[in-house]
Amino acid sequence: MISGIRVIAVREFRGYFVTPLAYVFVVIFLMLTGIFTFYIGNFYGRDQADLLPFFNFHPWLYLFLVPAVSMRLWAEERKTGSIELLMTLPVTLWQSVLGKYLAAWSITGIALILTFPMWITVNYLGEPDNGVIIAEYLGSFLLAGGFLAIGACISAANRNQVIAFIITVAICFLFLLSGLPMVLDFFSAWAPQAVVDAVAGVSFLTHFNSLSKGVIDLRDIVYFALVIGGWLYANTIVLDMKKAE
Amino acid sequence: MIEARELTKRYGSLTAVDALSFSVAPGEVLGFLGPNGAGKTTTMRMLVGFVPPTSGTVSINGLSIDEQPTEVKSIIGYLPEGAPSYGEMTPLAFLDFIADIRKLTGQRKTSRIGEVVERLHLQPVLGQTIDTLSKGFKRRVGLAQAILHDPPVLIMDEPTDGLDPNQKHEVRQLIQDMASDKIIVISTHILEEVDAVCSRAVIISRGRIVADDTPNALIRRSRFHNAVTIRLHADGDLNAAEVMLKRLTGVRDVEVDQHARSITAFPRDDQAILSEVSQLATEHSWPLEELHLESGRLDEVFRSITEQADS
Repeated sequence: MISGIRVIAVREFRGYFVTPLAYVFVVIFLMLTGIFTFYIGNFYGRDQADLLPFFNFHPWLYLFLVPAVSMRLWAEERKTGSIELLMTLPVTLWQSVLGKYLAAWSITGIALILTFPMWITVNYLGEPDNGVIIAEYLGSFLLAGGFLAIGACISAANRNQVIAFIITVAICFLFLLSGLPMVLDFFSAWAPQAVVDAVAGVSFLTHFNSLSKGVIDLRDIVYFALVIGGWLYANTIVLDMKKAE
Repeated sequence: MIEARELTKRYGSLTAVDALSFSVAPGEVLGFLGPNGAGKTTTMRMLVGFVPPTSGTVSINGLSIDEQPTEVKSIIGYLPEGAPSYGEMTPLAFLDFIADIRKLTGQRKTSRIGEVVERLHLQPVLGQTIDTLSKGFKRRVGLAQAILHDPPVLIMDEPTDGLDPNQKHEVRQLIQDMASDKIIVISTHILEEVDAVCSRAVIISRGRIVADDTPNALIRRSRFHNAVTIRLHADGDLNAAEVMLKRLTGVRDVEVDQHARSITAFPRDDQAILSEVSQLATEHSWPLEELHLESGRLDEVFRSITEQADS
């Protein structure tokens, strides 16, 4: 089981670097996080030794960058017909889905690791709570994983990468949006608190923010695990239905 | 042994494959023939478990593709239609990937990759990405992938499509070399290929089997089987020759091709008429340019069988 996943993941991972997608993603991500943190997030002016202005922008960067990573995952296999080869090799559907997903997730992981100068800077300038920063990194990584799982599933449903990209952005946006105050205010005006909590509960933002406060709550981890697992499960079902079309 | 029972595939109201049953034993090379859209590719996809049948079963060496898909897939080598692969990889990296997935390791992996690279002459392009290769090389990379693990069952959808005549010849040679102990199923619409490599030909039309026989037996169904064709020089009298040929006792019918200046005499009840015809030609000193015995024309059999099924 594991070896099949590993072989698929390694192939996919290398593919990201052959087509320069991985480099483009990492470079753009690093540039944009820098710009957002220092110019818009006012990192210096806040005069606080934390990385909040850095992490605050991650959901919005991921919203557009992660679907660009996930859009090719299955759409390309379906378009070139290589999916027929993959599905007739002695690996299970789950091995393929997990292998490809993990490859894409590690690209976002690498981008995240390469933001370490930010962490060094804040430690150089002051004395931040590094526990909080670790929780923030974890939250950011899980958030990227959630977006990617959505993107993988949508990519399997489409042959066209551009369409996969747009639909993924839209769905990810909905998942983010449901945690925004303006949406919650809209509900809280008339709906019972339970409904407001439920709407906020499905939001990536709510769980990401709670991790960003430095509290690694099991509920947030379980939430992301369920989201990822659910979308990947949907991914296998969509693939099984659509593979031969 | 491949055993397909009542294999059926419907897409909505369209029946692509209609209750196909057949079996293939080791040592046999089964050729699937049929017009485009007859259901060849769908049938092969069901054999390898890529497309689930609407009804019916496939078992390969006693294993059900439904219940033990991974085990079945590990004993099959499959070349999908169009020989898809990963374009951004080099043939070497691609074969390495296939070897890993097929759990070939160490010495065996190295020697198998070396062997298929040699057999399919991939050496000159090993370091180029597959996207940049010619159609012939792409097809050979696909073939290399299919035979890499020396599978007991080999299923190939149009293995020689896009190859030049020399490459076609080599691939046919390759298939023949492997045929003795393997189960091989190929699909093709090149009739000479069936004659060259297949021990059995199954002709399908509109998802149904319309003929299942050896290539020789199929050729014998041709109305040209045992017919004799002569071609006369420009100053020969075609009409006189036609009249005389018709009078021969063994000849059932005669066809004249004015343009090619040739006459074909069809025998009555499959009897041998070559000596009769040649005797006649010598007696009357026809200015012969050609005289030959027809063995039968596979394309003509194919057409008559599939058109019959269509109407």
